[in-house]
Amino acid sequence: MWRTSVATVMLFALMSLTQAQDARKSGFDFMRPATQALQMDDTQNPGMLWVKDGQMTWAQKDGAANKSCTDCHGDINRMRGVAARYPQYSLVAKRVINLGQQINQCRTTQQQAKVWPTEHPTFLGLEAAITMESRGQPVTPPSQPLLADAQKRGETLFNQRIGQVDLSCRDCHDSLAGKRLGGNTIPQAHPTGYPIYRLEWQSVGSLQRRLRGCMTAVRAEPYPYGSTELVDLEAYLAMRAAGMRLESPGVRP
Amino acid sequence: MTRALVTVPKTAKRGEIIEIRAVVQHPMETGYRRSSEGDLLPRDLIRKFSCRFVESGNANDTGAMVFAATLHAAIAANPYLSFNLRAASSGTLVFNWEGDNGFSHREQVAMTVA
Ligand code: HEC
Ligand code: HEC
Repeated sequence: MWRTSVATVMLFALMSLTQAQDARKSGFDFMRPATQALQMDDTQNPGMLWVKDGQMTWAQKDGAANKSCTDCHGDINRMRGVAARYPQYSLVAKRVINLGQQINQCRTTQQQAKVWPTEHPTFLGLEAAITMESRGQPVTPPSQPLLADAQKRGETLFNQRIGQVDLSCRDCHDSLAGKRLGGNTIPQAHPTGYPIYRLEWQSVGSLQRRLRGCMTAVRAEPYPYGSTELVDLEAYLAMRAAGMRLESPGVRP
Repeated sequence: MTRALVTVPKTAKRGEIIEIRAVVQHPMETGYRRSSEGDLLPRDLIRKFSCRFVESGNANDTGAMVFAATLHAAIAANPYLSFNLRAASSGTLVFNWEGDNGFSHREQVAMTVA
């Protein structure tokens, strides 16, 4: 009998320990209840319009190979857990790539079609539809030596002061998280909701678009879409958010 | 590519008040904003939304108007509308959005009332 109670006590001790240690919060937790409600309800979340487009695109034949994603991958629900691993090292690309780049890789090498242009709505829809299959799953970056290098480079970028305002990502997203900047609450910069529907954009956008926005805000020159630097930052953010639950399509102010 | 999400309960009890929700993908460009190059972005709005009810067995009928709205420039992109109806009989709800530049989108959803 006492064995169980000791075990129970230890379990509780362990649980409160992990809870006390995990002060991480999704951007969702910093939002007003009305915005949270918009994200929580798939019948209202405008991001679902893009998802629907993506789900239809999944089954459409395209490119010189005249193949659809379904032809090789089956139903989109087979993508469960995939988004939770990205960015990851790709044997085909021989570098660390994000989920969007993986989609474009299949598009060019498998479908033999043209790459989706940056922030193309159908492309974002496809990415959101695939990510939604991992909704509720923990962010789980794989352990790969070259991914670890990218995470390290990303961490350096995260800590580096940039722009005329001379602030690092960490200055805002660690030290000042929860405080207000103009009309916005500074979140902790977890990538769990991406691609997101952002009210300010009135559309869905990628994590890279968000990161570039933060760079412009401190009057730094943003890294180009698809650059190694942005993917490195994404890899670091995923590591920093490891274990947190995916929630795409997120809604953000 | 226009996409819409309409939410209608599949079944309802006769007399029950049901909630209908409809979101449509549309920029709702006001005509007052400028692009990053400084050019005025042409107005592009949805002007009208309607929902008609076609009773089962009356497929050729255009049905009865059960809800309609006029939309204006102050309404956000991807407008979301929700309204309540009293379920009277089985049939199809036909949703219609119309706007500038010949914009038109239609969705229909069947509902069983028992
Ligand atoms: C001056 C402070 C500041 C700096 C510096 C800054 N950000 Fe942000 N960041 C913000 C604010 C404020 C928001 C939320 C904006 C909103 O709510 O509209 C945000 C949002 C984010 C988000 C989205 C989080 C979510 O929940 O969707 C990520 C990710 C992010 N920033 C990453 C970064 C990275 C990476 C850098 C460094 C390159 C950076 N930020 C630099 C203020 C900052
Ligand atoms: C002709 C077959 C083929 C087609 C068509 C195809 N893929 Fe792939 N896909 C593959 C192969 C092979 C791999 C693994 C090799 C690689 O990483 O490219 C893969 C890998 C992936 C992965 C990574 C899976 C993982 O576990 O990390 C994603 C995501 C993906 N494809 C998405 C798509 C999407 C979206 C489409 C449609 C636009 C598509 N694929 C079309 C063959 C295909």
